[in-house]
Amino acid sequence: MFLINCPFCGEREQSEFKAGGEAHIVRPKQPTELSDDEWAEYLFMRKNIKGVQFERWNHVHGCRKWFNMVRDTSNDQIKAVYKMGEKPPVE
Amino acid sequence: MKNKYSIFSLIKNAFSYHENWEKAWKDPEPKKEYDAVIVGGGGHGLATAYYLAKKHNMKNIAVVEKGWIGGGNTGRNTTIIRSNYLWDASAGLYDHALKIWEGLSQELNYNVMFSQRGVMNLAHNLQDVRDLKRRTHANRLNGIDAVYLNTEEVKKFCPIINTSQDIRYPVLGGTLQKRAGTARHDAVAWGYARGADEMGVDIIQNCEVKGIKRNGDTVEGIETTKGFIKTKKIGVVAAGHSSVIANMAGLKLPLESKPLQALVSEPVKPIIDTVVMSNAVHAYVSQSDKGELVIGAGTDDYVSYSQKGSHDIVEGTLNAILELYPIFSRMRMLRQWGGIVDICPDASPIISKTSIKGLYFNCGWGTGGFKATPGSGDLFAHTIANDEPHKLNAAFNINRFVSGDLVDEHGAAAVAH
Repeated sequence: MFLINCPFCGEREQSEFKAGGEAHIVRPKQPTELSDDEWAEYLFMRKNIKGVQFERWNHVHGCRKWFNMVRDTSNDQIKAVYKMGEKPPVE
Repeated sequence: MKNKYSIFSLIKNAFSYHENWEKAWKDPEPKKEYDAVIVGGGGHGLATAYYLAKKHNMKNIAVVEKGWIGGGNTGRNTTIIRSNYLWDASAGLYDHALKIWEGLSQELNYNVMFSQRGVMNLAHNLQDVRDLKRRTHANRLNGIDAVYLNTEEVKKFCPIINTSQDIRYPVLGGTLQKRAGTARHDAVAWGYARGADEMGVDIIQNCEVKGIKRNGDTVEGIETTKGFIKTKKIGVVAAGHSSVIANMAGLKLPLESKPLQALVSEPVKPIIDTVVMSNAVHAYVSQSDKGELVIGAGTDDYVSYSQKGSHDIVEGTLNAILELYPIFSRMRMLRQWGGIVDICPDASPIISKTSIKGLYFNCGWGTGGFKATPGSGDLFAHTIANDEPHKLNAAFNINRFVSGDLVDEHGAAAVAH
């Protein structure tokens, strides 16, 4: 359990949010051109980092907006929160 | 040769106040080189080493474990064993394990306290009823014992369940696998460790893998906190940390590691003599031989390696437990903990070769790996020894995420993921 600073609503309990997995996975521009390996990479393969990871979250029980988060998965500490479309912060 | 555990050895050691029992396994320093190294000293890893030595005559092998054996998910699960999975591939895999469980205590000369007390899965809505009936038929076609029970039969089998049709999620029926049950999780790790050690396997604890050395597409060894160990075959059975090890070899896996929680109550007299699981309300409960209720909760939906879960997950589980078992309303919970489980997109495991020669992965067991421990070890040992999968784990190769031939057990296995 931790607190998340929603960029639209402010600090709320994590239970109000839904995790949306790894961020910045770019949807293929030409899906018809993709090989099976590339599809597997896009659909299934995940970095699953132990340490600082970029993620998508949705404030489902609040404003219902999506945003990005930088979080240390080894101790659940949140490093930064930023809106969709914004550049990810550099360490 | 180790002394056999028996009533006679127990009496003999009683005369020396149980102070002279020989160590169940040695605590060796790593050698320079092994024929194979297993990364991860949990149940699956130790079982793999045991079967490599026993069935494939690979005795110059080691198990490296970053903590102590059985200290990860092996000691953190809710010990449920069953094989009532929907698809043929899963049924084959899990029933293979269940058959080994049935003779495991004798084979290992170690009491793993396997108890076939039955596992009941409840249905709470019409779709559950259809799904569970379908799975019962599928199980029986695969030779797995399964029966469908109506509400009265559920009540008869486990009288403390609240079968009132006025509750939020009424019990509409359930399935029962009588051969299913529980086992003592620590004993499984200890029994396999003792058996493997006896055949010459080095079990090296407090030895964390820091890197995998490759020469092109072939492995050459592992860097550990106890130095470099040369080997041609590396079997990784690192559960929640599989992606971390894969990353060292430059591989990416289709896994997400998430906290899964469980909790136990204060011990009470025998009240529930089976295992009851409920997919829809996401709660499962059994009672340990010590008398504690063993309650499983769900996973959090975010990636975390912290071995801590959220309180709202536990709260949701206990809400469901109390509605189904009002008799537990005054029970106090003693302990709560989390383990990190590696979840595959299709909720089925990976027991497979990889694109790197000599590197094998056994991972992705997600929330339900304990039940498969003996079968997983047996099949992974076969895969490592022969560099080819056994027919029972051929479907669980890593390439299924490329070919699309998934073994989709999400929800289909009557299991709450």
